[in-house]
Amino acid sequence: MACLTPFQTLGPFFDFGLVIVDGDIIARPGARGHQIVIDGVVRDGAGDALPDALVEVWQANDAGKYRHPADEQDRPLDPAFDGFGRVATDAGGRFTFKTVVPGRVPGPDGRLQAPHLAVGVLARGLLTRLVTRMYFDGEPSNAEDPILALVPAERRSTLLAKSVAPDRYRFDIKLQGEGETVFFDV
Amino acid sequence: MKYPRPSAGTHPPNDSPGYKSTTLRHPKAPLVIIPHTLSELTGPVYPYGRPEESDSDLTRQHSGEPLGERIIVQGRVLDDDGRPIPKTLVEVWQANAAGRYAHRVDNHSAPLDPNFSGAGRTLTDDDGRYRFVTIRPGAYPWRNHPNAWRPAHIHFSLFGTSFLSRLITQMYFPGDPLMPIDPVLNSIPDERARQRLVSRFDIDVTEPEWALGFTFDIVLRGSDATPMET
Repeated sequence: MACLTPFQTLGPFFDFGLVIVDGDIIARPGARGHQIVIDGVVRDGAGDALPDALVEVWQANDAGKYRHPADEQDRPLDPAFDGFGRVATDAGGRFTFKTVVPGRVPGPDGRLQAPHLAVGVLARGLLTRLVTRMYFDGEPSNAEDPILALVPAERRSTLLAKSVAPDRYRFDIKLQGEGETVFFDV
Repeated sequence: MKYPRPSAGTHPPNDSPGYKSTTLRHPKAPLVIIPHTLSELTGPVYPYGRPEESDSDLTRQHSGEPLGERIIVQGRVLDDDGRPIPKTLVEVWQANAAGRYAHRVDNHSAPLDPNFSGAGRTLTDDDGRYRFVTIRPGAYPWRNHPNAWRPAHIHFSLFGTSFLSRLITQMYFPGDPLMPIDPVLNSIPDERARQRLVSRFDIDVTEPEWALGFTFDIVLRGSDATPMET
């Protein structure tokens, strides 16, 4: 077995190297499903916004299908939807994605998971990628989600995007301290 | 399908006091271990951005040639079973020969080079190979501690076969005297793991009367091909 190449930080000067045109637009015009905007701020342990973080998300389409060969479900792909988004935070630590609410996908035991986005956070001062998930506050199926069930109840709210306006959700990421986002070991 | 978890010591701990910027940015609560579901076993594998041929030659992105030592950096992208990962996006970014990034926030007093932007991208071929032509980056100072200098390095970003195989790392150059005192490189606990980030000078990659060659193979998490015992 070959040995893995270790992680290193992005450093502060990455955004010119990691440009994806329209990286914030996950659902292109005509994508099926409920169109939404997700925005948030990445903050450190002192509550300061990170102007040098990179937020990446990966999600299923409206039908609960991933554009990937490992997804063998008999569900339709959407030509206007790939599922990957990548955005560098601005000077105020903000990021924004335009997407659709993902469909439910199977969990480890075949039961459906609640709608969610897989999230990766990278930054200067972060030596690896932090992995978390974004769920939707008020979604009834959260109560039966097998991954949320592994998170201590008092911390689950850090994984819930809040509805702040019609079709608009807020998902802040706190790297450390009070209100610290739950991060996963995957 | 099963992606084995990395062994201890491979990746740096996010709480690495020698690298000051980690202080307020590492989570303090323990990570929550979760099983791998379809959300983790899939990922962005298709060729984002569809790199063009010229995107892999950082010396030909402007009207003139950049200053500095022209080099070839190439290698293979493999999974941890040694299988090549074809058609995966490899992105690089780096400082110029003087140690300056073409980035609005970099205020190091070294000169910018109008003929060097320092960003490249390519897809691996069917055998997992990638190749860049670039300029050897310079060392540069940073404010981590008094008289702190980063060893010369090239940043790499890779996606691999799933959400689990994502990697951001830095490639270093053999013999760089700054490596033993660099807090970023030395945040990796295992010396052998640190050595895997050091490229090797490769005379077979070197092109006569044109450019020195360096080989840097990259190993990403892959799915265990061995059937799981039940």
